[in-house]
Amino acid sequence: MRVPLSWLRDFAPFDQDPTALVATLDDLGLVVEGVERVGEGLEDVVVARVDDIAAIAGADRIRLVTVDAGDGPLEVVCGAWNFAAGDLVPLAPVGSTLPGGMQIGRRKMKGATSNGMLCSGRELALSDDHEGILVMTEVEGAAPGLPLTEALGIQRDVVFDVTVEGNRPDAWCMAGVARDLAGRLRLPFTLPDPAPPPSLGRPVASLATLVVEAADLCPRMVVRVIEGVSVGPSPRWMARRLLMAGMRPINVVVDVSNYVMLELGQPNHPYDLDRLPGAGLLVRRAGPGERLVTLDGVERVLGTPGRGLGDTGEDCLICDAEGAPVGIGGIMGGERPEIGASTTRVLLEAAYFTPMAIARTSKRLGLRTEASARFERGCDPWGVDRAVARFCELLDAPVADGSLDVRGEVPHPLRVNVPVPRIEALLGVAIDADEAASHLEPLGFGCEREGQVLVVTVPTNRPDVRPEPRGVADVIEEIARTYGYARIPRRTPAWPEPGGLTARQKARRFTADVLAGLGALEAWTPSMIDDDDHRRMGLEGPAVTVANPIAKEQAWLRRSMLPGLVRALAHNANRRQGAIRLFEIGTVFSHPSEAGRTARGGTGGGATALLPGERELLSAVFAEEGDDARTVVAAWLAISEALRLEPVELVADDGVPGLHPSRTARLAVGGGPIGVLGEVDPSVAASFGVEGTRVGWMELDLGLVLDPTVAVRRSEQAQPVSRYPSADVDLAFAVPDAVAAGRVGRALTEAGGDLLESATLFDVYRGPGVPGGVRSLAFRLRYCALDRTLTDEEVGTLRQAAIDAAAGVGAVLR
Amino acid sequence: MTVGETEAMDGVAARLERDAAAAIRAAETTEALADAVTAVLGKRSALARAHRDLAGLDPNARREAGRMLHDARQRLEELVAARREELAASERRAMLEGDRLDLTEVTTVASPIARGHLHLVDQTQRALEDVFVAMGFTVAEGPESETDWYNFEALNIPPAHPARSMWDTFYLDLGQPETVVLRTHTSPVQVHLMEEQAPPIHAVMPGRCYRHETPDARHLATFHQLEGLVVDKGITFADLAGTLETFTNAYFGADIHTRLRPAYFPFTEPSAEVEITCTICLGAGCRTCSNTGWVELAGCGMVDPAVFEAVGIDPTEWTGFAFGFGIDRCAQMRHGIADLRVLDENELRFLRQF
Repeated sequence: MRVPLSWLRDFAPFDQDPTALVATLDDLGLVVEGVERVGEGLEDVVVARVDDIAAIAGADRIRLVTVDAGDGPLEVVCGAWNFAAGDLVPLAPVGSTLPGGMQIGRRKMKGATSNGMLCSGRELALSDDHEGILVMTEVEGAAPGLPLTEALGIQRDVVFDVTVEGNRPDAWCMAGVARDLAGRLRLPFTLPDPAPPPSLGRPVASLATLVVEAADLCPRMVVRVIEGVSVGPSPRWMARRLLMAGMRPINVVVDVSNYVMLELGQPNHPYDLDRLPGAGLLVRRAGPGERLVTLDGVERVLGTPGRGLGDTGEDCLICDAEGAPVGIGGIMGGERPEIGASTTRVLLEAAYFTPMAIARTSKRLGLRTEASARFERGCDPWGVDRAVARFCELLDAPVADGSLDVRGEVPHPLRVNVPVPRIEALLGVAIDADEAASHLEPLGFGCEREGQVLVVTVPTNRPDVRPEPRGVADVIEEIARTYGYARIPRRTPAWPEPGGLTARQKARRFTADVLAGLGALEAWTPSMIDDDDHRRMGLEGPAVTVANPIAKEQAWLRRSMLPGLVRALAHNANRRQGAIRLFEIGTVFSHPSEAGRTARGGTGGGATALLPGERELLSAVFAEEGDDARTVVAAWLAISEALRLEPVELVADDGVPGLHPSRTARLAVGGGPIGVLGEVDPSVAASFGVEGTRVGWMELDLGLVLDPTVAVRRSEQAQPVSRYPSADVDLAFAVPDAVAAGRVGRALTEAGGDLLESATLFDVYRGPGVPGGVRSLAFRLRYCALDRTLTDEEVGTLRQAAIDAAAGVGAVLR
Repeated sequence: MTVGETEAMDGVAARLERDAAAAIRAAETTEALADAVTAVLGKRSALARAHRDLAGLDPNARREAGRMLHDARQRLEELVAARREELAASERRAMLEGDRLDLTEVTTVASPIARGHLHLVDQTQRALEDVFVAMGFTVAEGPESETDWYNFEALNIPPAHPARSMWDTFYLDLGQPETVVLRTHTSPVQVHLMEEQAPPIHAVMPGRCYRHETPDARHLATFHQLEGLVVDKGITFADLAGTLETFTNAYFGADIHTRLRPAYFPFTEPSAEVEITCTICLGAGCRTCSNTGWVELAGCGMVDPAVFEAVGIDPTEWTGFAFGFGIDRCAQMRHGIADLRVLDENELRFLRQF
């Protein structure tokens, strides 16, 4: 909201330096996003009359304009076309400097000499208008040679760009900002007290009617009638203030309406009474599917709930007395009874609409206006009267006696009992009842002391303060705000409970550290992807869809991180960033029809809703030179070792979507897989843009891998180390390809019992001497006892046991 | 032994010693020296033979000749030791020269041992967690997809409330429209925590969040937030302000401070916007901070009574504060990242900088 300092001074004597005011506003939570100083740099600009406009040879965008600024003809080149001979325009003479810092010099363009510049509203920092020159022909008293500031009555001013928080509709107007500011600065604050307008001498009821059928949507509406209006331009001071506040002056009736809204925060709507069939208003619910063309020329369909949560489909329509809609209540008027040049009789309507009703309609229609934004946050239902009176005062035309005032259940001031000790309990600083009252009263709160309780009467312009008990916190916030957050002491709390990471969080960090230690880079790939990516990797079944994706390629929740990671490899390869290893720890989602969760749902009061299943995965791609499934297994073993996991069985699996059928294994633990190791299917990798290299793949379900009840860990107890020499036995077996080396290794390990220190596969051989379909696996078995040196006989027995155990799984000693 | 024999013996010993010394000196390697030693001092050497021949001499002559031979042997052994040392030294010199290596030839590109990198966001999250853990906080986590209850309603944001426009939301096609969302903030974890755990609670909650925004230099549609929640007896706004100042000093540095400004969040009352000293200009004023010396970091406040009601905590017994800020934004501020979008590009040249 653009707030001119001069306007604020209507309400309180703010003499402070603007910089100090900015700091105070900031500290009140009325954050100043920008400060504009207007009227500076206009000292040299004068009013000039256009006497002649001539074309310049060879130029079709600029013309040579002859103007007179009181001291004879002057030639100026100008690129604007919105004026004609006889118009009055602003002239910046040679040697002047405009508000933006632009220096005006004598310039030559297309052979013509320009002795100054004709200015647009934006160039003069008077408005945002840059469509053409600021034409001042209609400006009363403007004459060639008159300084612009004098002609427009411009005084130096400062405009603050203030951001008002959504819960402070009261502050969303000049008076509201001034009230907060005056309260903090302890300055007297006065609201305008409009003088009674000239009377038309006829009661309003004889001129207009008002019926409110939907009092739940519109709990209060006030109507007055003004006659003898002449729709011309507004007074210069008003137009000027509107411009500074960022609104374009239109005509006196519309301008007064806007002025009142900006000043007091109460939106209001003047209608041309003569274009209002039945000479009155009817407020009702929109029927299902009812249509209305709003002022912006868009046809709106009303009265039907949209997809939005909590949308009841109720819309409040303002209709003429015959029931035909003329506007959407509190949001936007229709085209029909708008004020025009011919208007002489005005029906003024000002209302209080139920905030949630406006919010629902505004959201469904995607239509947010100055009025709707104020109404949905909550206007003051009892501020309507002052606004209406102010409108009549400013329009200054005869007004029919009395007003039509229809009320439903209008909110009344709340009383909130604030226990005084509660203030310190919440803020950490002792503020007694008197001091608290001194902060609240300037804001319009009523305060009475009843022992240790401050009884606070909350003005109706403060819908942010809720009834007790919640309202206690709201009132204390107001005390804190005016007291000043910066004055509240700072204390670092301490408590006896220790902080720390959970075992799982520590293990997750450690796992990531191990992978980084193995040369992998941690990546961050999208959670929302294209379902085609799932199909490309052979992942059938449904993915959860995003109802409102940013792009079609981001409309599904990922079920795997494989597409993201392989694409990241391709991205780097395309930028010649070479062969790398990437990993990601992140969430994948499953459709509830496959695996979901339930949780308390919304609005249903305890009803449960079905949610996507979520799993935290660690996925990695290994695509450095020479990487393949072996590298991945080695990396897994390093992780497994780091986590002290008991050995996990690898079970070959040719059916994992996206993975190489003959180079993939599940990590099998009791109940099921806790992860997958292997390689990405080369054709899948190619479809994501990675070709000509093997891509090792690791996927660990961290919920399982890091859960010691699933992936069992070795004991933390220290194991004694033998002081006696160990004995090695090397055995080579002929093992059919169908028998996994791991199976032979496990058989040897089991046979070795406590005396086996290690069983290491140290050679795999295929070739002459070994038949096809069979390979030679050589193991080194190391035996050792804690209490003695093993005898040759003992080792011999162990050796035979190992051979027998291997034979049991199909491994024949060579 | 006659005088003549003694003289003869004298000459023999001198000759033997001379020949042996020449052989020792002639050895150019330790191996050759070992051979020479065997040849001139070993059991079959002329010197050994001469020793054995002493047996035929009379006792006086034997003693005299023996002494001469013994002295010669001793001198030769000293010579061998000296020569051995000399050769060893020169051989070590040669070996070292042969081993000479330019260590700068080793680069990470060609190296079989290259460290990987944690993502900057992960590193930042850890650093933030560590600061809070040291202050006595635990770390809690929650799901990324939530019902409307957890993401909004329990946080005092009813359906269709205009405050909802503060969060541009991704909705999932599950159940009734707009009932299941990708969480727009980490605040739902607060609700889970308070539903599941009786106070006192002192936790930070990091995690990935989603907002329906077009990404730009300062915003990502997918981003990371860290939420803090303290619910305990006697917790006040002063504790909140102190906690944030302590955190800011610890994470950003002792010369970075905080200030609080009134703000509006539905789930806290009173609420505040947290600003910290601009990390670019240290408060002097620059373009980044629009010449104010301060930049926005977080939102915070005292837990709203409505939130306590929603999770069944008695607000007359317990008070609490909450805060939340962007992890990615912290990384951006601390590392001077011009455009946040580099964070999810997974480009090697970015990832390996940290």
